[in-house]
Amino acid sequence: MNPASAPLALQLRQLRKVYGQLVAVDSIDLEVFAGECFGLLGPNGAGKTTTIEICEGLLEPDSGSVELLGRNWRTQAQELRELLGIQLQETTFSEKLTVTETLALFRSFYDRSMEVPELLASVQLEEKRDTRIGKLSGGQRQRLALACALVGNPQLLFLDEPTTGLDPQARRQLWDLINQLKSSGRTILLTTHYMDEAEKLCDRVAIMDHGKVIALDTPRQLIASLGVEHLLEYATSGAALDVDALKQLQGVRAVSTVGSVTQLQVAELHRTLPALLEKLAERGIPLTELRTHSATLEDVFVSLTGRHLRDE
Amino acid sequence: MSNRHSLAGHPLYQLIRIRFLEFWREPEAVFWLLFFPVLLAGGLGVAFRNHSPDVIKIAIVEAGASSQNIANAVAKNPGLSAIVCDQQTAEHALAAGKIAMIVIPQDSGAILYRFDATNPDGRSARALTDDTIQRSAGRADPVHAGDQPITEVGSRYIDFLVPGLLGTNIMGNGIWGVCFPIIDSRRKKLLKRMVASPMSRTQFLASFLLSRLIFLVFDISIIVGFGNLAFGVPVRGSLLAIVFICVVSALCFSSIGLLISARFSTIEAASGMANAVMMPMWILSGVFFSARRFPDLIQPILHALPLTAAVDALRAVILEGATLATLRGELAILTAWLLACFVLAVKLFRWR
Repeated sequence: MNPASAPLALQLRQLRKVYGQLVAVDSIDLEVFAGECFGLLGPNGAGKTTTIEICEGLLEPDSGSVELLGRNWRTQAQELRELLGIQLQETTFSEKLTVTETLALFRSFYDRSMEVPELLASVQLEEKRDTRIGKLSGGQRQRLALACALVGNPQLLFLDEPTTGLDPQARRQLWDLINQLKSSGRTILLTTHYMDEAEKLCDRVAIMDHGKVIALDTPRQLIASLGVEHLLEYATSGAALDVDALKQLQGVRAVSTVGSVTQLQVAELHRTLPALLEKLAERGIPLTELRTHSATLEDVFVSLTGRHLRDE
Repeated sequence: MSNRHSLAGHPLYQLIRIRFLEFWREPEAVFWLLFFPVLLAGGLGVAFRNHSPDVIKIAIVEAGASSQNIANAVAKNPGLSAIVCDQQTAEHALAAGKIAMIVIPQDSGAILYRFDATNPDGRSARALTDDTIQRSAGRADPVHAGDQPITEVGSRYIDFLVPGLLGTNIMGNGIWGVCFPIIDSRRKKLLKRMVASPMSRTQFLASFLLSRLIFLVFDISIIVGFGNLAFGVPVRGSLLAIVFICVVSALCFSSIGLLISARFSTIEAASGMANAVMMPMWILSGVFFSARRFPDLIQPILHALPLTAAVDALRAVILEGATLATLRGELAILTAWLLACFVLAVKLFRWR
């Protein structure tokens, strides 16, 4: 996809929302292009949900403007509600109703809506059509919430923390569904505090912290901006190597220490790791921990804020 | 794509439908709606049933043949039951309230009645016993008098109770039937989710009032039907008038329910408020006993309460056969509450 040439599905200008002393959303600007999956990534309390709920017409901003599909909430609210698909962070559907009954209810609210069988198929809940919601698993409930968001066959879909609280298998299944929705040409704005989710699903990601957008790009570009491909973390018992010695190892870009763990930002892991082990052996320092991983959006967040995403 | 034009696809139909599905799938709720009023009416009806006239017990002091003659005479009156015993035993029985009077034959052939004149049973015993003894001794009554015992249907406690229970039930179901699902869906963020869709908020609120009207069929038929079949409570007014009053009352209490649930997001807070609204009316509105027992000073307040208006109107129609035209005052009070609460509820309603 070429975002620059696609029309805008969503445009936020100087959006601001304050709760008492807390600036939940601090004058942010965002543009989401038609057909892309855009992620708001940040820790809890970063202002993601406030931002998405303003977009959904559930909250009024204190200042700034929101334009969705060329329309605004002030004069075209009813029209917008027909056009948007919304999944809220925590909706508990009535436990006594079945999947089909719940979908039939939500269908009735829309002028144009998808048929129940079509909806069930799009979230793989056909076998649960007559099951009461009280008997559904967490993943199945999230898929029902997704189906309710799809009822009006929306071009613009808002998903607020779609996989929070799900087990890994259910998360992966939901990712597959969201990828299918992307390929059907819908625009998706999703919030998440899972970096892997943002990396897997999003064409572009805005990293939010304290109500501000602190970085915005494709996941690949954001990670590339770190200038490193791998992170190497180790811990030792007894004496430690000094930072200067570490920096002289081949391929090391930066060194940081968190508690007893030393973290190296590394461009070429296959050269740095043997050199490090050799150095430790030379000094007779025993290794107690060693791990490496490819750089992720989490590391981008850490390098921008000095904190982890899940630090709350 | 869409089929919104059909009935099944209409949002109001769907909203009312889920009210019913949620209700029927909650066995406790069904119990409280259907069986509780019957149990209550049955229990109270049996407890306060009208007794057959009481038999008054007396004692005759043992004094030879004259005692036996008196006992034989008294035995002819079914309203009296006599034992013959010594004076000491009789005195104990009187003091313990087991008998109402002691008859003491005198040596002279005269009779002495010992009883507590402040006790109605004592006075009745004196009158009945003396009457029986004098007639048996040959007294001729100058004027012939006949008895025709009756039990007036419509003036018993159960007759008073049934319209009161109907009114209370409409109040309870109206307020709870609206409060509970609204607070629950607000707590679960389902309300917020529905508001994020193109759902009409007016239709959402209207679905509660309309589904109450359908449940009303059960309220009316169960309570009035049970009262009529089990206790012979009369239905003297037109059924149409009863239904009309019930509909206005149900709408009135449902809109009070809407107002109570306008802002709360926990069941605890709302149920405290609902009880604070309903409890005074249970006592003050003349459900279980006449509201006229309260001081004159507060009568105007009692009359302005919606439950008083509902119960008074229902009693007038069911027991006295009153027409709607004579109940304009009560209907006006109910309508005023309905409108005021509904307007305020819509204004205060928190949709998140």
